[in-house]
Parts: sequence; C-alpha cells; structure tokens
Amino acid sequence: MRLTVKLFAYFRDNRFKRQDLEFPDGATVEDIIRSFDIDLKEVGVTMINSRHCVLDQVPKEGDQLAIFPAIGGG
Amino acid sequence: MADKIVRVNMSDLSTKVEAVPEEWQGLGGRGLTSTIVAAEVKPTAHPLGRHNKLVLAPGLLSGTPAANSGRLSCGAKSPLTGTIKESNAGGTSAMMLAKLGVKALVIEGKPADDSKWFSLHVDQDGAAIREETEVIGMGNFATVQAVIQRLGDKVGVISIGPAGEMRMAAANISVKDPDNHMRSAGRGGLGAVMGAKRVKFISVAPTDGKVEIADPDAFKAANRTFAKALVDNPVSKALAQYGTNVLTNIINESGGLPTRNFTSGQFEGHEAISGETMHDIIVARGGKPKHNCHKGCVIQCSQIYPDLNGEYKTSGFEYETIWAMGADCCIDNLDSLAEADSLMDDIGVDSIETPVAFGVAMEAGVLEFGDGAELCRILREEVAKGTPLGRIIGNGAASVGKAYGMTRVPVVKGQAIPAYDPRAIKGIGITYATSTQGADHTMGYTIATNILGVGGTLDPLSKEGQVELSRNLQIATAAIDSTGMCLFIAFAALDDATCLPALIDMINARFGISLTADDVTNLGKRILKTERDFNLRAGFTNKDDRLPEFFEEEPIAPHNVVWDISGEIIDSFWDF
Repeated sequence: MRLTVKLFAYFRDNRFKRQDLEFPDGATVEDIIRSFDIDLKEVGVTMINSRHCVLDQVPKEGDQLAIFPAIGGG
Repeated sequence: MADKIVRVNMSDLSTKVEAVPEEWQGLGGRGLTSTIVAAEVKPTAHPLGRHNKLVLAPGLLSGTPAANSGRLSCGAKSPLTGTIKESNAGGTSAMMLAKLGVKALVIEGKPADDSKWFSLHVDQDGAAIREETEVIGMGNFATVQAVIQRLGDKVGVISIGPAGEMRMAAANISVKDPDNHMRSAGRGGLGAVMGAKRVKFISVAPTDGKVEIADPDAFKAANRTFAKALVDNPVSKALAQYGTNVLTNIINESGGLPTRNFTSGQFEGHEAISGETMHDIIVARGGKPKHNCHKGCVIQCSQIYPDLNGEYKTSGFEYETIWAMGADCCIDNLDSLAEADSLMDDIGVDSIETPVAFGVAMEAGVLEFGDGAELCRILREEVAKGTPLGRIIGNGAASVGKAYGMTRVPVVKGQAIPAYDPRAIKGIGITYATSTQGADHTMGYTIATNILGVGGTLDPLSKEGQVELSRNLQIATAAIDSTGMCLFIAFAALDDATCLPALIDMINARFGISLTADDVTNLGKRILKTERDFNLRAGFTNKDDRLPEFFEEEPIAPHNVVWDISGEIIDSFWDF
C-alpha cells in the first residue's frame, strides 16, 4: 500500500518531512515507525488522516500518517 | 526577611507596610491576588476607576532556589472581560520581590489630578512614589533602558507601554527579563488598570536578602527530585529545541488550528511558520534556540530570534503569537511575525488579543488577510499613537467586532479565543466557556490530553469526559499558579509520579508545614470558587459561560464539526 508519511520535530533529522512511500499490506503503525529506526519510546503522538491512532492500527491505501515525538507547549 | 503586604494609595499618594493577615499566609501568586481582589474590590466597580486594585504577587516558592519558580502574578478586575483576572509572567521581578519579603504589592485608588504620571520603587522598606515625566509616552524597551540608566541593570522593572497609558483593554504589563527584554502578563488588559492608576513603571531594588527556608535540607532534596523530573521529561526536550511553536504543526495536523478568522482548522502556510522552520532560521542566523526568561528555569522554552542580519529581533516568540498572526491572519512569514511581536512588546499589547482583533478586522475589510506589512504599520502608526482605528484594535477582538458590525467574533466574556478551535478540540471549549477569566487556554490546558497524549488520552472530537478533564486541569492550574511555578511543569506533573510530591515537599520545607496532595487540590478548588463568586457578584450568570453562536452553526474543516456541547453539560462544570 502507498502512504504519505509525515515526520515532525527532531524525527526529521537525517530523515524527511514528508514522503509518499510503499509499505507491505497489513503493516501496522508500529511496523512503519520501526522501518525508520525511530525509537518507539520517543514517539508521543501518531495520527492517520488527522485522527489519533494507536500503534497496532493498520493504515489503508492512500492514508496520511503523521508521527510526532512527545511534545508540548501552549 | 519577614513577609509583608505593601500598599500604595494613588489617591493620596501614600504608602504603607502591613503584616500579612493570618488567612493570607498560606497563599501566593494567583491564590493571593484573587483572594485580595475578591475581598477588597467592589465587584461592580469600574475596572479603570478608583475602586479597582492592582495586586502583584510572587508565588509561594518564588525567590527560593526551586526550579522554574519565577512567575509574577498580576490581578485586578479586568477592563477587557469585567471578570476577576490573574495574568502571570516570568522575568526577574517575582524573585526580587520575594527576596524583599513582599508577599503582595497592592496599588489602590487613582490620582485626582490626571495630568500627572508616577513610578513606584519597591525596596526592603516598602514602596516610594515618584512623579515621572521623562519616560511618559515611551515604549517598554526605552522605558527599561531609562530605568536601568537611573538604577543600574540589576533593577527589576514592571512597566506599561503607550497602550497601557492610553488604557486600551488589550494593554499588558511587561516584566523585564535577565536580558532587559520583555516578558508579558498579557491577558485581560491589566496594563490599562496600571495606566488608570497613573503608574508608568515599578522598579524593584536588587537585594542580597534571601527567602527564609524552614528546612533547607529537605528543600534541597525535594528540589533535586523536582528539577530532575522536569529535565527528564521528553516534552522539555522539544520545548528547548523548538519553543512553544513546536505546536503549530501538530495542532494543524489535528485540524484544530483556527485559520482565517476561525473559518478553517488547517493553514496552508503552517510549515513556513512552524517551530521546525523557526529553529532552522534561528540556527542559520546565529541566534539561540533556547533561552530562559528567569533564573532557575531548566526548560528554556524561550529563544533569541535574529533578523536577516543576525541582529536580535525578538524573544519569547510564542506559539500563540505566531498562530494568531500566522494562521488566523494568514501571514506565512516568520520575519513579519517577529517584527509584529517586537512592536507588540514595545507598545505593550497582548499578543493573543491584538492579532485576533486584526483577524476580525481583516474579515471586515480593514486590511487584507496575509498583509503583514500593513499589520505592522497599523501597530506602529495607529495603535501606538492612539488614533481612532488604533484604539478600536487596541481594545481587542470584541471591540473590532462591534465597531465593524461583525458576527464571527471569537471571544468569550470579551476575551479573544486562543490557538485551538473548540469545535475540533472540545475539551478546550469547556475551558474557554467556564474559565473565570474569559477564553484562556492556560486556565485548563486540555490540549495536553486531547491532542498531546499527556496525562492520558481523550478523543478531541468526542463530547464525553471533556467537562471532567477541564475541571481537573482548572483546579490543578489554580494551585500551580499560586506557587510561582511556570505552568510547563504540568507536563512533567501529569506523567511523572515523582514531580508533584516533590513540589509539595518544597512548599512544606519552605514554610515548615505539612500540606498533603488533597490540601493542594482543595486550594485549587477554593481559588476557582472565590473567583467565580466575584464574577457572580459582578453580574455574570451561567449564560455567560457559552461560546459564540457561530461555533454552533459553522462546521470547520477538515473534520466538518460544530460546537455541540449543551449549556446544561457546560454548567455541570461547577458541580464540585
């Protein structure tokens, strides 16, 4: 399946901001995060199509997956 | 030095020093300002009249070595909202006042002769009043430099700019930081209250005095645990690197970034104004991504943002400010926003209220969406000079809405709604509606749990659980705002079990008392009820705890949702 993956904050360092990428069908959000060598412990928030998702969720063809480290502000 | 209450009466230009009454001894910061305002200000008083009082109070832990404890609370009846108000800021003054033993500075009355201006100087003996001419009409930056010339660069300065002098309802109170720049008690127009008292600035004498600590060893141990919890928290890492503006991209992604005067939840230009872009610009130009607004801050969310030539342009360049001029006014250029931020610091206006007012003015056709140059011109030539247009904008978003006959006016109790759309992030809508102080995200920051996954998770689009979330956070916030702590300690407090007990241990070690977690919760509840009681006596009812009508009728993209939490459910907030 083809997904748009968006990375934020220091997850972009030596990676990318936004890319359209191919993943095996059935890949979970966690599988996708691991494929980028991102430490799962650093992951704060994940969203599919602007809705929060959980790590064992499986995205669908054409979805946008956003991956953020733990962040705050206000 | 024994704590005292310093009173200044601007009607007869007298000052006095009083012992701290028994019932105020366990209070500081917001708890103390709200208690004094509720006890001594007639709720129906005109906010700019002689019956209002401006109360400044450091927190319970200010002046001690406790990490992040340098916030100064300013309280009064607000000219913007008509409610009770507490607004707090960093800078050096809170710590200095606490070391002088000043538990609160209460400024009362109003000079009968309104042709004169004054300053106050606070030292170990209390306060002195002095007539001022030199600095009148000056912006905050020049005012601070003039005071430093007179009293040296270690002096604390609390000042108003031209907006405060002109008693505009968006006027803030500025507090000098360690680099002689501004930290702002921004919300609710307290600068106008200071201007109405004819006080241009308050200088605070440096002192070698120390805050007494009842059990220094216990204090030191608790502070070590507390500071470690702050430093180890992953949120602190991102705050230091990107500042609060790290939020632009995540709030945009969630669909809750109010855009083009609250007509969309996502901004096309979000990447250009984001914390990530800001970090890269700062590094490329030789600025500082991290910077502290007061000594002892271990988070360092502030920064030094340089201009194209690498010269200092602004600091404390916050998400809220960047959102309001960026997404809400559609200006996708950080240098334009930095220019406007610096102008607002100098003029002394709230950098949430003012740009939201510009957003309404843009919809009204006063200027085009996206026109950063014209926004800066209006700030410089209209607001700073008090032209009729400048005063309409300088009195806030509701003022612009009324002057131009607009219906899409994002305010609650007259105060501009900040950077999170309540249709797409419902918990924050409960906070905006029920806050004792008008729309204010910091009163109960549900974004933590609705969006950031801090303190658990709660679906931002669901109606369930939002009242309880907002209530718990508003109670905790009222207590934190009394300690002198920066609210950003809450990110650690919500997820690290060692943080809050260490904070309570520090309060106990400071005063030789034995508060429990329940006592702290009860303090938060008592503050909220004291504030609400003031508002009820001022004439507010539950019908004022509502969001503007357009939120119920205009769906917002991308989720196409409206505000749909009933008045009855909102009112259940107060069932405690």
